[in-house]
Amino acid sequence: MELGRPRGNGLRLVLLVCLSIGLMIVDHQSRYLQSVRSALGLLTDPLQDAATLPWRVGAWATRLIRSDIDSRRDYEHLLSEFLVLRARLQKMEAIEAENSRLSRLLAASEKVGEEVLLAELVQVSMEPFTHKILINRGTREGVYTGQPVIDPNGVVGQVTRTTPTKSAVTLLTDQSHAIPAQVRRNGLRVVVYGLGVQEKLSVPYLAQHADIREGDLLVTSGMGGRFPPGYPVARVGRVLRDANEPFLIVTALPVARLEHATEFLLIWHGQALTSGRSEVIADSDILESAPRGAGGG
Amino acid sequence: MGSFVAALLANMVPLPEAVAAYRPDWVALVLIFWCLATPQRVGPTVGFGVGLAIDVIQFSLLGHNALSKTILAYLANRFHLPVRLFPLWQQAVIVLALLSLDVAIVGWVHGVVNGLTVDGSAWLPTISGMVIWPLLFVVLRATRGRAQLV
Repeated sequence: MELGRPRGNGLRLVLLVCLSIGLMIVDHQSRYLQSVRSALGLLTDPLQDAATLPWRVGAWATRLIRSDIDSRRDYEHLLSEFLVLRARLQKMEAIEAENSRLSRLLAASEKVGEEVLLAELVQVSMEPFTHKILINRGTREGVYTGQPVIDPNGVVGQVTRTTPTKSAVTLLTDQSHAIPAQVRRNGLRVVVYGLGVQEKLSVPYLAQHADIREGDLLVTSGMGGRFPPGYPVARVGRVLRDANEPFLIVTALPVARLEHATEFLLIWHGQALTSGRSEVIADSDILESAPRGAGGG
Repeated sequence: MGSFVAALLANMVPLPEAVAAYRPDWVALVLIFWCLATPQRVGPTVGFGVGLAIDVIQFSLLGHNALSKTILAYLANRFHLPVRLFPLWQQAVIVLALLSLDVAIVGWVHGVVNGLTVDGSAWLPTISGMVIWPLLFVVLRATRGRAQLV
């Protein structure tokens, strides 16, 4: 039984190869396979949970073992940080109100607020040639393809694939990723490309005389509408001015801790912020109704 | 088929960053083993199924790993007779070749879809896969019992 060549393998190979290629084309060009992926995902989800179980048990045990003293110290530390941030937020609210009043004076379109949702890292994708992570939020929580993802330091990337319970986030450093940004110092518009290398980004197509320096902070410009404006993206690392090159050679370092962060924030903004998420809009109404105090300050 | 589930798990278990880059592709290794050991039962079809599972798990393009694993399984099937007679270290070299082809196919498809990329670290798992092969072979053979194999 073990001897001899398995029969009909050549034909099967051709069929399966064609099927794979067909799947890839359909999956790349359209969203028809989204439901197939979700359905298959239901089968593989338990596996994924099982794989991360030791880590979650470990984290849970650590929390259990942590002494009261440690917890108290952490609590006090967080409380003081919270108070500082609250104080800063007061000022922010005032500034935001003033800003919206001014933009109304200029008849500019008004900005609505943003809503965020905390997400946890499930897994760093093993797929070679890509920089991708999986997080524990999916379409069930309203996550959509193209949604911006940040961490406490800056932009992490965007959601590229979703299932009901999980999503894949393509990091800034992925080779297929590009993000419109601007230099915070002078508003110079740039596009920041991933290179497929960890902790390194590229800022191409800048003219030789462009005003960009080492240490400049690049923030999202809001162009293209995918990322809300104003979030830190990267810090300019090296600026190479070579007269023989048509453009400057600029590299940058992402400010988000792409390789180490385990908690992320998903952002809803602009049109994605539908009526179901009305609390935030109500919030911004309150802000707009109290610009006087802000103007006086 | 328990070994495939175990391999999928081994592929997913979170590892410290420094070690993760060297993690061998357990699923590919287990697939090669069964294609060599029981070619009548495990072949391109199983390869396709396992590849599709990987695609779903790591959110890659559906069919991406299915393609590479189908071809991998076919080749392992095709040459199972001579390869089974090789000493372990020679088998390991063949395994290196198969794993490299697997990564090459994945990289090639990636290049077609997203544009060419140069990432040397993608090849590290093939080396570790070759190193771990003799051990994996002995362990998996023990689970099957000697009579079924070589």
